[in-house]
Amino acid sequence: MEALREVSGRAIPFGRKNVDTDVIIPAHWLKTITRDGLGRGAFEALRSDPDNLFDSAEFKGSPILIAGDNFGCGSSREHAAWALLDLGITAVIAPSFSDIFSGNAFKNGILTVVLPQEAIDRLMDVAQTDPVSIDLESQTVTTPFQDRFTFEIDPFRKHCLLNGLDEVGLTLARGEAIAAYENKSKGETPWLAHGTGEAA
Amino acid sequence: MTSKPRTLYEKIWDAHIVETRDDGTSLIYIDRHLVHEVTSPQAFEALRVSGRTVRRPDLTLAVPDHNLPTTARRDGAGQPIPIADPESAQQLAALTRNAPEFGIRLIGDADVEQGIVHVVGPEQGFSLPGATIVCGDSHTACHGGLGALAFGIGTSEVEHVLATQTLLLKQSKTMEVRVDGQLGPGVSAKDVVLHICGVLRASGGTGYVIEYTGSAIRDLSIEGRLTISNMAIEHGARAGLIAPDDKTFAYVKGRPYAPKGAEWDAAVAWWTSLATDPGATYDKVVVINAADIAPSVTWGTSPEDVLPITGVVPAPESFEDPSKQDAARKSLDYMGIEPGMRLTDIEVQNVFIGSCTNSRIEDLRAAAAVLKGRKKAANVRWAIVVPGSGLVKQQAEAEGLDRIFLDAGFEWREPGCSACLAMNPDKVPAGERCASTSNRNFVGRQGPGARTHLVSPAMAAAAAVTGKLADVRTLA
Ligand code: SF4
Repeated sequence: MEALREVSGRAIPFGRKNVDTDVIIPAHWLKTITRDGLGRGAFEALRSDPDNLFDSAEFKGSPILIAGDNFGCGSSREHAAWALLDLGITAVIAPSFSDIFSGNAFKNGILTVVLPQEAIDRLMDVAQTDPVSIDLESQTVTTPFQDRFTFEIDPFRKHCLLNGLDEVGLTLARGEAIAAYENKSKGETPWLAHGTGEAA
Repeated sequence: MTSKPRTLYEKIWDAHIVETRDDGTSLIYIDRHLVHEVTSPQAFEALRVSGRTVRRPDLTLAVPDHNLPTTARRDGAGQPIPIADPESAQQLAALTRNAPEFGIRLIGDADVEQGIVHVVGPEQGFSLPGATIVCGDSHTACHGGLGALAFGIGTSEVEHVLATQTLLLKQSKTMEVRVDGQLGPGVSAKDVVLHICGVLRASGGTGYVIEYTGSAIRDLSIEGRLTISNMAIEHGARAGLIAPDDKTFAYVKGRPYAPKGAEWDAAVAWWTSLATDPGATYDKVVVINAADIAPSVTWGTSPEDVLPITGVVPAPESFEDPSKQDAARKSLDYMGIEPGMRLTDIEVQNVFIGSCTNSRIEDLRAAAAVLKGRKKAANVRWAIVVPGSGLVKQQAEAEGLDRIFLDAGFEWREPGCSACLAMNPDKVPAGERCASTSNRNFVGRQGPGARTHLVSPAMAAAAAVTGKLADVRTLA
C-alpha cells in the first residue's frame, strides 16, 4: 500500500447525505474479478447526467471527495472503496461514515476525515474554486484562505496510513509468532494441521 | 485461564490465539478456509500484485457454487457447455485459474464432490469440530453445527487469511439460545431457526456468538444442526455453535479429510473436552420452549418477519416500534399481501428446494416424503430441487428421490447456490411468489421484484402440492 502523508488538490464538493454503497458502486459491478476498472462504475447513476461533477473538466480526477452524513452506508461491499480509488479519490471528508465503509476504506489506503458540518459547509464553499489540503501527520485540513480544521484519527490507523502498512503486511511481520503457534498446535491437535494435504 | 469455567466458544477461541495485542484484539489462527468464485478473485489478484504467496495452501479448499448454472455442465461428448453470462463465466474461470496457481485444491464444476461450499466442507470432513473456519460468505456460521467456530469474512480478510492463515479479531460476547423440550409433529430444524429469528429479531444477536443448546437441539441430526447455525447471521450473530457430541463424531468419521487412526481417538477426546463447563456463564441467555414452535413461514422481507403457518398477515400498526411499522408497510407492499389474510391463502407460483440451509440428504428426504404419490398444483409454474452437492444428488438418486420429485413435476438440477441468490440463471420472476427453503427473503434476493417466503423442505413440498403456503401437518 502507498504511504499517505498529505492529500492536496481539488476536492469534489459533493455534499450528499446517506450516500449508500449502491450509489457508490451498483450491485451489478460485483461480478468483476479485479479491483481496477471499477472507477467506471463509481457513482454510475449520477454520472449518467452529462453535467455531473465527477466528470466535469474541473473535478475529474480530484483526489478528495467532500460528502454529507453517513457516507458509505448499506452493504459491506469492499468494491465501494476500490471504485473510489480507481476514480482517483484517496481521501473522503464527511461529518460521519458507516463503520464498515471506513474499515474498508482504511484497508485500502483511503483516508476518511470526520469534520463537523460547519467545517464541511466551509470546505464545500472553498472547493468550488480552490484546492484543499489534508495533512495526516498534523491531522489538519487547510485551505488557501487560512482555514484550518483539525480532525481525530485512530492512532493505529494513522500509523499504518503514514507508513503505507497494510494489515496483511503487518501480520506477515508476525510470521515467527504464527510459526510458533503452528508448531504448538501440531503437537496438540495434529489433525487440524493436515487440511487437504497428505495425512502425516 | 484454565481455572475459570469456560463456554464452548471461549475454549475454541483460547485454543486459537497466536498472540493478543494491547488493544484487546487477538491474532487468531484459522484452521480451514473455503473459497468460492465471487469473493476471491480480488484477493488472489492482490496477492499477485504484491508478490505474496499463500501461507498454507493445504488449509484452503476452493469450490465454485454461486454462479454455476444448475443445468447440465457437460455435453454428450463430455465437453464443457459454455456459460451464457460472460461475467459469471469470468468469475468461474478466475477461480479455476487461481486455485492451482496458488497450490490450492479445487473441486471443479464437473466433479461429483462439487456443491455449495457450506455443504461440501462438512461432507468432505474438511470442516471439523473445534476448528476455526472462514469463508467469504455470510452463511459460513453453518459449519458451527459441527461445533466449529465459523464465520463469514470480506475480500480483504480472504486475502489476509490466504497470506497469513490468521485474522485479527475482537472476542465476541456469548449468548446461549436454549430450546427445551420436544418438537411437535411436522416441526423441523428450519422451523426452529425461523422461530429463533422471530424471537431475537434481525439484530438481537449483534456482537454475540450464539451457542444453541437444550434437548430439542441435541435431538436434531447433524443436518438439522447445520440448518440452525446456518442462519445465525439472520439474527445478527457473528457465529452460531452447537457442542459436538457422539452424533457429530459419527457424522465426521470416515470422511475424506477427517482424522484417522490414533489421531481420530485424540481428536474425539479433544472435541469432547470442548463442551461448555458446568458453571460457565453466558453474557445473555434466551430460553425457548420447543412446544411453542409450529411449522413456520415468513410473510415479509426480513427473516424476523416469521409466523406460525396457522397465523394471519399482521397489520403494520400491530408493531410497537414506529420504524418497524414503517418497515412492515413497505414489506407488505413489496410482498403484495394484505393484513388479516390467512397465510394459508397465499398462492405461490414457484417452489425452490435448495441452498446451504436445506439441501442436504435429510432435507430432500423430508420433501420427498410429502411429495410421494402427489403432484404439484396447476398454478405452480416452476418447482426445482437443487441438491447441495453432487454427492447429495447421487445419494438421493440411489434412494429414488429424484423419481419422486420428477413425478411430482419438479425439476431435478445440478448442485449450486441457484435461486437462493439468483446470481445464475435460476431466478424468480418479478411479482411472482416463491416458497423457498433458503435463508434470506430480502427484497430482490431471488431476482428483481421476486417475493420470497422462507419455509422448511417439508413445507415447501406442501406448498407445491397445494399451490399455496400450506400446513404440512394437514397433508400427513
Ligand atoms: S446457498 Fe445461498 S446463502 Fe448459501 S452460500 Fe450459496 S448464496 Fe450463500
